[in-house]
Amino acid sequence: MHEHTLAELSRLLNTGKISSTELTRLYLERAERLNPQLNGYINTTPERALAQAKAADLTILHKNHGPLTGIPIAHKDIFCVDGTRTSCGSKMLDNFIAPYNATVVEKLDAAGMVTLGKTNMDEFAMGSSTETSYYGPTTNPWDTSRVPGGSSGGSASVVAARLAPAATGTDTGGSIRQPAALCGITGLKPTYGLVSRYGMIAFASSLDQGGPMSRTAEDAAMLMNAMVGFDPRDSTSLARPKLDYTAHLSDSLAGVKVGIPKQYFTDDLDTDTANKVQEAIKQFEQAGASLHPVDLPNTHLSIPAYYVIAPAEASSNLSRFDGVRFGYRCQNPVDLLDLYTRSRAEGFGREVKRRIMIGTYVLSAGYFDAYYLKAQKIRRLIRDDFQNALKQVDVIMGPTTPKPAFKLNELIDDPVSMYLSDIFTVSVNLAGLPAISIPAGFSGQLPIGLQIIGDYFSEAKLLNIAHQYQLHTDWHKQTPGGFA
Amino acid sequence: MSLQQSDIRTIAKLARLAVKEDELAQYQQALGSILGLVEQMQAVQTDTVAPLAHPLDIHARLRPDVVTETDQRAKFQQIAPETENGFYLVPRVIE
Amino acid sequence: MLWEPVIGLEIHVQLATRSKLFSGAATRYGAAPNVQACAVDLGLPGVLPVINAEAVRMAITFGLAVNAEIADTSIFARKNYFYPDLPKGYQISQYELPVVANGTLDITLEDGTSKTIRITRAHLEEDAGKSVHEGFASRTGIDLNRAGTPLIEIVSEPDLRSSHEAAVYMKKIHTLVRYLGISDGNMQEGSFRCDANVSVRPKGTEKLGTRAELKNINSFRFVELAINHEIARQIDLLESGHKIIQETRLYDADKDETRPMRSKEEANDYRYFPDPDLLPIHITIDDIALIRNTLPELPDHKRTRFIKDYALSEYDSEQLSGSREIADYFETAVSTAGGQAKLCANWIIGDLTATLNARNLELSASPVTASQLGGMIKRIADNTISSKIAKQVFEAMCNGEGDADAIIASKGLQQVTDTGAIEKIVDEVINASPEQVKQYRDSPEEKRAKLIGYFVGQIMKKSQGKANPQQVNQLLKDKL
Repeated sequence: MHEHTLAELSRLLNTGKISSTELTRLYLERAERLNPQLNGYINTTPERALAQAKAADLTILHKNHGPLTGIPIAHKDIFCVDGTRTSCGSKMLDNFIAPYNATVVEKLDAAGMVTLGKTNMDEFAMGSSTETSYYGPTTNPWDTSRVPGGSSGGSASVVAARLAPAATGTDTGGSIRQPAALCGITGLKPTYGLVSRYGMIAFASSLDQGGPMSRTAEDAAMLMNAMVGFDPRDSTSLARPKLDYTAHLSDSLAGVKVGIPKQYFTDDLDTDTANKVQEAIKQFEQAGASLHPVDLPNTHLSIPAYYVIAPAEASSNLSRFDGVRFGYRCQNPVDLLDLYTRSRAEGFGREVKRRIMIGTYVLSAGYFDAYYLKAQKIRRLIRDDFQNALKQVDVIMGPTTPKPAFKLNELIDDPVSMYLSDIFTVSVNLAGLPAISIPAGFSGQLPIGLQIIGDYFSEAKLLNIAHQYQLHTDWHKQTPGGFA
Repeated sequence: MSLQQSDIRTIAKLARLAVKEDELAQYQQALGSILGLVEQMQAVQTDTVAPLAHPLDIHARLRPDVVTETDQRAKFQQIAPETENGFYLVPRVIE
Repeated sequence: MLWEPVIGLEIHVQLATRSKLFSGAATRYGAAPNVQACAVDLGLPGVLPVINAEAVRMAITFGLAVNAEIADTSIFARKNYFYPDLPKGYQISQYELPVVANGTLDITLEDGTSKTIRITRAHLEEDAGKSVHEGFASRTGIDLNRAGTPLIEIVSEPDLRSSHEAAVYMKKIHTLVRYLGISDGNMQEGSFRCDANVSVRPKGTEKLGTRAELKNINSFRFVELAINHEIARQIDLLESGHKIIQETRLYDADKDETRPMRSKEEANDYRYFPDPDLLPIHITIDDIALIRNTLPELPDHKRTRFIKDYALSEYDSEQLSGSREIADYFETAVSTAGGQAKLCANWIIGDLTATLNARNLELSASPVTASQLGGMIKRIADNTISSKIAKQVFEAMCNGEGDADAIIASKGLQQVTDTGAIEKIVDEVINASPEQVKQYRDSPEEKRAKLIGYFVGQIMKKSQGKANPQQVNQLLKDKL
């Protein structure tokens, strides 16, 4: 049962082959049994899940249901769920019971989905390995001595290990796509502004975007139908006509122009990864797409610009964690300054503090122009590069990551090397574009991801292209040994 | 760009992060290497480039002036470290 | 040495919106602590701001009233600092591209001359919460009801040269924002507050001295006191060979002194940057035109018009254009009275104001409406009642006894103009006062005017004040 996709589960629920309650119990049972190896869930919420499942079963009985009614899902612990601890992977919020629902959670609840629990993540989404979590690292189900990627590593891990049929994630510099690639699942980062950020604890506001993490592109399309939509509570949310993201999955790929940037295939790229990605791209050619070289000349500047802009915004976004109204407060503060400095020093982990300090520095008097403003200018150059390329082609393809999953603790003390693992993903966030990562083969037993980047609001096209690939491949159907 | 330990202290103070003496060197090294990475930007000529604060060139949508929120103090203060008579409490502040 | 003070004001005006600048929480004053602090105001993790359109409209309204430039694109920025009444650790304010820039306001000085004060900018920002220092054992209590209330901060150039000029300017802004209906201007409730940047320099020199910023000035009286105090302090320091340190000082009205603010001791680096949660506001020419059309007549225009149209004195016009309410009251009264502008002005500035003050009432809560007052003045004008009787009528109106006409009728206060009836009383009084008659007749002409007062008094008493005074005077002169 746990091998089914959302599309299949939808049919089974609809025809009464299984109830939501049975399905929910099944996943909760798997989570209880298998999560200790992965630490993908910070916690499950069985009571809430079973209550939702019961309600979903009634809805199905009364034929009031939609395609997602009764299907379980896991939420990254960055999304506020009313009455549930929402930790953002931090000691700072270990005691934080969210008093309201994120819009994404409201929407998926309204679609009838059942929340299984909250998934592990890098603290405040700052990381590419899920090792910076206060709750300990999540492991990769394909090799539990390796990282699942990050920051949505918990979501990627539980979906890959079939401890949830799908999950939510957030992507600030690759946090959906990179773990999806390293865990062999499908992850979509939508166009900035399509999915509401309300109730999604902010890391870098101009870059953050929530999105689906699932087994297949078809599943991602079903989730997008529920997640996308204008939210009056988010000033950066876009009001656009409602789309059915599943409507164009079957479109032919004949005539699709695929851009291949030379900057994505450099000597730094792991050979196996390069080969598998090239093979995948060839398959698109066979399906009728044409390949074209494109130029993204400022790609090498995306990491520097990103590691100024994201920490700058984060340093300000994380100022609200001050031990006054919620979250961690240090013991016996002697005065206000002590309350602030100690609550924050004790409540935040090392990587978060590093980024707060970098962000504080690049915004401070005398450095603003050289760092923050400069980075904003480079941000424009990077966006312009994409716009030029996307005038010539429909989508851009390349590897999601420079190499497959690395070992736990391999990069944890080397922030710069860790940051460089985001080389292919961060530029997409700087430009605000949509991109999807799909399984495109294995290096040994480790999955490799293909990234497909499209123009603004081209999610349906990306899902169509990904779905067509998945119709002809079975990389996404592989289950990690030990989790079958 | 190299940072002195005194710079680390200044930044930490601005960010309200307590940093122990024995952590200064770690931060100095880590932040220094991050700034080194970021330094590549300076090689690019950007005098004629306008900064881009937001990926989408759109304007703010304004909200009508309507009261939509109700009193949820009890719920919000349940998660607060210290409250009394509806106030949040902090160590005494001298203005 | 002669010193010249150089003063610039930063006036914070709370806007009279129903909801907050970035959330749907109410802005009502006086609620129990933290009941009007919603998730957004508290800065809970994950919440986001959304701009209140009405606050933007009000800021533009102010800009148009001071002939300022209205930005076509305006940006919100974060001002980062830690303070317990600032929940997010940053204040959403404006730095580059404020809504309003480069305005002017003319003030009238004591000698009657006019001076133009330049307004550098006026920007939108959110107010902070309040810290309460009393009532908690070694703790400070934080109430965030005020957090997120919209403000405009109006920043003047350092064009003011005395504490008096500063007070006049501050009053003028106060009158203006109330005219525009964008603030209640209530200073007790903190809706209108001011910081003053004060420095001194040797008279005749150009270079600005080092300034101190005075915080927490919340009355017109205090602005004069605080600035005077600060000027004296700075001159003392300079004359005794010391230097002024640039610092923030708090005005303590109880002690009439300024002292350095502990909380502002360290130089702040606010790390302003565009708020990534908010997109730029776009203000079109059409938006501006629409708002311009709704602008009310402004105080200066009203004052000039009152002098011209109603032949009022400078003083009366100033008083009657002091607020929209009083100006409207005056014009309604005049229209009901069918003219008599001077009489209306006298009654409003005199008896009405005295009554309101005695009862501690705002004009809006006046027991006598403008048309009631106008109705009474109409009766003075057509000689139905004398000015003296009018006082009785006014008092009765104040006590809610109805309109002037009804009161005059029910109390029989109508003036007696029937010559026969008055003559009868005059005769009675003359007959009853032989001594006074003799004295009058024996006196030279220049002393008679004084002595006649006795007879007038007696006659008015007998007629219960209703006899027409002119007629009484004429009859007495004839008969004596």
